Amino acid sequence: MNRRRGRWSSVVLYAVLTVFGLLFLIPFVWILSTSLKGNEQIFTIPPEWIPSRFRWENYAEVFRRMPVLLYLKNSVIVTVLQMIGIVGSSSLVAYAFAILRWPGRNMLFGVLLATMMLPMQVTMIPVFVLFKQFGWLDTFKPLVVPAFLGGGAFNIFLLRQFFLGIPREIADAARIDGCSEFRIYWNIMIPLAKPALATVAIMTFMFSWNDFLGPLIYLSEKEKSTLALGLSMFVGQQTNEWALLMASSLLMLIPMIAIFFFFQKYIIQGFTMTGIKG
Amino acid sequence: MLGFVFASPWIIGFLVFGLYPMVMSFYFSMCRYDVLRIPQFIGLGNYDTLLLRDPYFWTAVGNTLYYTFVRTPLCIAGSLFLAILINRATTGARIYRTVFFLPSIITGVVVSVLWLWLLNPQYGLINSTLQLIGIEGPLWLQSPEWSKPSLVLMSLWSIGGGRMIVFLAALQSVPPHLYEVVELDGGGAWQKFRHVTLPMISPVLFLWVVLEVIFSLQVFTEAYVMTKGGPLNSTLFYNLYLYYKAFDDFDMGYASALAWLLLLFSVLVTFVQFRLGKRWVYYEADPRG
Repeated sequence: MNRRRGRWSSVVLYAVLTVFGLLFLIPFVWILSTSLKGNEQIFTIPPEWIPSRFRWENYAEVFRRMPVLLYLKNSVIVTVLQMIGIVGSSSLVAYAFAILRWPGRNMLFGVLLATMMLPMQVTMIPVFVLFKQFGWLDTFKPLVVPAFLGGGAFNIFLLRQFFLGIPREIADAARIDGCSEFRIYWNIMIPLAKPALATVAIMTFMFSWNDFLGPLIYLSEKEKSTLALGLSMFVGQQTNEWALLMASSLLMLIPMIAIFFFFQKYIIQGFTMTGIKG
Repeated sequence: MLGFVFASPWIIGFLVFGLYPMVMSFYFSMCRYDVLRIPQFIGLGNYDTLLLRDPYFWTAVGNTLYYTFVRTPLCIAGSLFLAILINRATTGARIYRTVFFLPSIITGVVVSVLWLWLLNPQYGLINSTLQLIGIEGPLWLQSPEWSKPSLVLMSLWSIGGGRMIVFLAALQSVPPHLYEVVELDGGGAWQKFRHVTLPMISPVLFLWVVLEVIFSLQVFTEAYVMTKGGPLNSTLFYNLYLYYKAFDDFDMGYASALAWLLLLFSVLVTFVQFRLGKRWVYYEADPRG
């Protein structure tokens, strides 16, 4: 890098970085701050950043007005099943596209890439009608079963790229030793692909946990609602109860932030692995 | 043949949740269909009504195009800007990357609820901060003029997400000797950016322009949670209108026609982008060259 670049330009650089960093972080502080306030502190100008008294009872109030634990249970069921289905089926399919040779492979891979561009609205209505005919409305099946069938074009693509990077000799050697394809997949490829599988699992978690349109269409009973859907109904009922809305949003955010800090590496990797080639 | 067995989950999934629904939705789009009764074929009737007699359709198209063509350049430029800053930072780059990335993990309903409060005209953080420096903030989501800019602003909060990470990786993969050539020719920072950085990362930029246009055309959750399409239909986006038609009015035929027009438009826009892309995207003949 250019060593003659002045001290000033690096001061400006760090100043700009810091300003943006603060701008991005302020809303998080604001959620926490609002969630601990009473109405008399919320509706004040200029806003109070640190409330004079922390109203932890706002969180208790959220639990009283909204069946948080029920929604949480539903969200966990849907998210976990989607993660299992997507990691399992996308790795299997990616193995077929990356390692195995079979007629029609390249043509079908082209179809797979094309489906990434397809707006889900085009398939949404007939799929809804189909699930209605199956009698699956107000169950988790419409959200979970498709996850086991393919696991999404993006995930298959990501895992295929990863499998292609594993030296062919490893699978070939196992084949010569009489290892079946399924055992090569399960005992050799899956352990090697752990980082990529972790990426897919975490991205799936992020998506399912926040998914809104799916639950909105398929789950109309309150007992089946997920956290995202429950929160959106809560918004409709609690106008101007900002402390409660921020407290409930924060409850939904905590797992996301925790996962992000623990598994940041895999999330970043997921983007760099797929997005760079163009 | 074993390949078919391994790929069969996706093949079945594609047939049942991809191909079959596409064919059916094309058929529904030429029917009157309310789910309860059998679809009734009416030819191009839905398309005729949509294009010629439905003012909401054109409102939704206008709103969606506005959102798409304002948001896409801003969020691409924003992510690139942050990536360039981080790329220049010699210390603490990881910390800034983490901080910038954080907002992008908050999506859907939560980000909508949060921004509903940030943009509250009276007590929201944005307007009360503006008031401190003596500016009367707009009504944001409650004003027909400001509602769409509000949603664009909200989406700019997450410019530090995956897109920025990819841009950063692209910037880091530009060979340094190319910059040295510009330096030898006496070029400054702008020349380096214009004649080395931009062409070298143009394939990645292009990919994200294509993707972001498609994503923006599909905007839904924010509008559903925050504005329900108001005020005065100023945030009635295409997919929100489609959703209302399908699941409030149960006019599945009409909604399917909407979906097909969206598909055709997306394909058309992508095609045009690939044509235009030939003019500004630079692909290296030999990546190792």
